[in-house]
Amino acid sequence: MCDAGRGVGPTGLGVYLDFAESIQRLGKNAVAERYGNLFEMYERITGENPYEVPMRIYPAIHYTMGGLWVDYQLQSTIPGLFVLGEANFSDHGANRLGASALMQGLADGYFVIPYTLGNYLASTKLEKVSADHPEAKAAKADVNERVKKLLSIKGKRTVDSFHRELGKIIWDYCGMARNEKGLKEAIAKVRALKKEFWENVNVLGSDGELNQSLEKAGRVADFIELGELMCIDALDRKESCGGHFREEYQTPEGEAQRDDENYAYAAAWEYAGEGKEPILNKEKLTFEYVHPSQRSYK
Amino acid sequence: MSSMKITLNIWRQKSPSDAGQMVKYQLDNVSEHMSFLEMLDVLNEQLIGKGEVPVSFDHDCREGICGSCGFVINGVPHGPRRGTTVCQLHMREFKNGDELFLEPWRAAAFPVIKDLVVNRSAFDRIIQAGGFVSIPTGSAPDGNAIPVPKKDADRAMSAATCIGCGACVAACPNASASLFTSAKVSHLGLLPQGQPERFDRAVKMVNQAKEEGFGGCTNIGLCEAVCPKSISLENIARMNRDFTLGAWTYREATSEGGAA
Repeated sequence: MCDAGRGVGPTGLGVYLDFAESIQRLGKNAVAERYGNLFEMYERITGENPYEVPMRIYPAIHYTMGGLWVDYQLQSTIPGLFVLGEANFSDHGANRLGASALMQGLADGYFVIPYTLGNYLASTKLEKVSADHPEAKAAKADVNERVKKLLSIKGKRTVDSFHRELGKIIWDYCGMARNEKGLKEAIAKVRALKKEFWENVNVLGSDGELNQSLEKAGRVADFIELGELMCIDALDRKESCGGHFREEYQTPEGEAQRDDENYAYAAAWEYAGEGKEPILNKEKLTFEYVHPSQRSYK
Repeated sequence: MSSMKITLNIWRQKSPSDAGQMVKYQLDNVSEHMSFLEMLDVLNEQLIGKGEVPVSFDHDCREGICGSCGFVINGVPHGPRRGTTVCQLHMREFKNGDELFLEPWRAAAFPVIKDLVVNRSAFDRIIQAGGFVSIPTGSAPDGNAIPVPKKDADRAMSAATCIGCGACVAACPNASASLFTSAKVSHLGLLPQGQPERFDRAVKMVNQAKEEGFGGCTNIGLCEAVCPKSISLENIARMNRDFTLGAWTYREATSEGGAA
């Protein structure tokens, strides 16, 4: 209904979430105790009091799962670079429950890192590396060149306009529901956007001062690459699983159709270099006690 | 959807050493549904279109919980609505034709980096001085092994909602960081895990705040009035009490201890 623009509110994209019955049943205080902070936030954004009128809500993606590949020590493919919390891929599968950020932050920070990082530091010889090291020099030269390039394009479009366009492409084609045709289209669109970004972005100011446009330009350049990778991954996974619904793969009742025979793995995509297709590494998922099963709300 | 005309006078300062000045901008199509920062986004898009360097301002989550954003609107940190960060302030709080004056936090301990962005590292150093608890990690404690009375948990939680934005400093005529520091002191000092370092913590954090150049508290209360998280002045009283008790007993750590 929302996607068809037949919802409520000025945008036609919303649906109602009415707490009137709950407030009557439990009392306003009980509802405030549970959701007070969210209601307050809602009131600020919309100017409407959700204790008195139904909330207008919209089903939206607020999280995408996934993250940097790490081993059981939480170490990434770069020796000595440990990745904690939701920046890594380790705990969530194709789905994630609310408030899990706290859970993973605590689990990694409390129970894993105190053992693994200490062990790494104690058992690794950390020799002094000077800024004159050829690798350091090369990395610095790379960064400087990228910054210089961003500032020299002096095109016609703002960084924000690229960010918004990218977001819209991913939202439309690689959202909660996606299909092969749309994903292929999205990949083509993102690639075209990337080309335009590097020819037509306008970043003002210099590199010798605080420059938020330049910071943002670097990030959006990264988001473009990540967005493309997300579409490639979504296209490659020919099943519906967790929060990712491939429209071609559904049960007759419209539920997500899993394919554990072929897709019981976490996809760890490896960067192969600029302009090259990423390499798929499969991290097999084995379940000994609790086995994945077809989702059913019946 | 009604649209408004808003006149903005914004503090523009190229660098920490630049003198800086107010610059006037006119925005014609401001929607009441925009947040204040979204309005500045629109202004910045227009400025970039004209080849002018956009206005720098700090922001991140835009949900009022990260503490990145904040500047002074017509003399009031975070603007006219109580208990609200500037990212959660919406343009419906203003009316067509309003003229607004936007300035960065003003405090010697918060030097301006650029435009509306100030350096708040002083807060980080106050935290480093004592805003932590030393507890063993590595294994999960048993649930409910450490009982915490509900009223203490609630008060600690209220103090912990401080997002470290710096509005309290900007509002205070003394540029005191007492509300911020006391929120951190209270948050940890009210809980069992915070007891071993409680009095040392108060002494160290208060001393660090002084060293950073923040002023003393004279119980004016503007900090509480502008705090987007409505942190209570009660925390300052608690901090002062812990500081006083701590000052009696405070001793530098010795190097003679160590594990057996």
